[in-house]
Amino acid sequence: MTLLAVDSLSKTFSGGSRRGARGEVEAVVDLTFKVEEGEFLTIIGPSGCGKSTLLRLLAGLVQPDSGQVILQGQPLPNASDRQGRFGYMPQRDTLLPWRTVLENVILGVELAGGSLDTAREEARRLLPLFGLDGFESNWPSTLSGGMRQRAALLRTFLAGYDILLLDEPFGALDALTRRMLQQWLLGVRTRFSKTVLFITHDIDEALLLGDRILVFSPRPGRITADLSINLPHARNENTILEESFLALKRNVLAQLRL
Amino acid sequence: MRLARLFLPAGVLLTLAVLWEVVVWGLEVPKWIVPSPSAIWQAFWEMRALLGVHVAQTMLEVAVGIGIAVASGVSVAAAINFSPLLQRAIYPLLVISQTVPILALAPLLIIWFGFGIAPKVIVVTLFCFFPIAVNTSDGLTSTEPELIDLFRSMGATWLQIWRKVRLPAALPYFFSGLKIAATYSVTGAIVGEWVGAKQGLGIYMLRSSAAFKTAQVFSAIVITSLLSILLFLAVFALERGTMPWHFDER
Repeated sequence: MTLLAVDSLSKTFSGGSRRGARGEVEAVVDLTFKVEEGEFLTIIGPSGCGKSTLLRLLAGLVQPDSGQVILQGQPLPNASDRQGRFGYMPQRDTLLPWRTVLENVILGVELAGGSLDTAREEARRLLPLFGLDGFESNWPSTLSGGMRQRAALLRTFLAGYDILLLDEPFGALDALTRRMLQQWLLGVRTRFSKTVLFITHDIDEALLLGDRILVFSPRPGRITADLSINLPHARNENTILEESFLALKRNVLAQLRL
Repeated sequence: MRLARLFLPAGVLLTLAVLWEVVVWGLEVPKWIVPSPSAIWQAFWEMRALLGVHVAQTMLEVAVGIGIAVASGVSVAAAINFSPLLQRAIYPLLVISQTVPILALAPLLIIWFGFGIAPKVIVVTLFCFFPIAVNTSDGLTSTEPELIDLFRSMGATWLQIWRKVRLPAALPYFFSGLKIAATYSVTGAIVGEWVGAKQGLGIYMLRSSAAFKTAQVFSAIVITSLLSILLFLAVFALERGTMPWHFDER
């Protein structure tokens, strides 16, 4: 079943009112794609290609110039219609420094006016799965980078939205931590039936995690390829070395013209 | 460790006091020109009951003055961050207001408001308002845009964004302003009292000075310093209590 349909979405940013600023910047042009329920869609493209703009358009932080966003058959024309409908996780780590881990991860429920006790109970149940067991009373500043990202993921997850929009969640981590989190995500994602849009600039990550991959062109961002990622085996840390994986990777590299 | 760091400055202070004492005794400097530390202590001890009354009066002025400065400073900071028009209209005036010599204003305040507590409280407020308003305003502007984006994407109302993001994010800035204000405030009250008062450390200093009781002036000066330090420490303790995340295991 189609959960989300994006239809000819375009956005151009005006260069700002400052004198001397460059004129208009086309961010994304004519984006059209559909996302099935439960699908894990990865989006890859060179930096500055408008991947983040796509997520910001969906999350209701930016208004498109044309095109529409249709969630469960219902068009969401205004930014305010889309706010509160997607689990958006910004690129930069955004845990509130003045809240403990537990109070951070229940933020979505709190803002929506849900039951905080239920949310805390649910959060405590999931903390071990997110590798945060015993850290519920910690301040975010005392956590490692990987733990902070897992806490931010748990917060996005607990907010209870059907679709998660993750903007390079592992982008700021070192290579080893990133590997570990990819394996962890592979392990836990089968347990949750969430639909995910996952932005990355790492081809291995995009192919390892995704059911399907969208390849973006350099700015202005257009979709140049929409590929299913059919890998024969259950995925693990060795998947990226298999021939079927490498064939897919060659294909994507060709699409990216790298 | 913390306490150990205090030993060195305390030692220097003590050495200076001893040196002062010795020089005053050795050169037989008259008490009304420069009193020795022991004479200052003696002046304090003899007048302690009366000093208590004066200190209480001054601290009342300080407390009310800081209270008004916090309320008005935070309100103005919130207002100019709420509306860009207000920001353009008020912010320059804030800075200009700080160039007005408060010392020159104090006599006028006596003419307008009489010899009661009001003019002193106003002087304290004038001293404290600016650092609180400007720091809080800077704090409110400094909220990370990513945090506000996150809240908006979660469908938060503007009231939720203010209460749960912008105000807590401005707290460290507010406390920097409050610490500066706390150190100004006692001096502010004394300036207010100099122009005309019935009670307070400022008027005690003036009377002692007029009577050439220099040791009493010095004891009042020391008390003023100590009160400022205590106030600063109180704000620091409040800051730690309010923002534990800012201090724990950074």
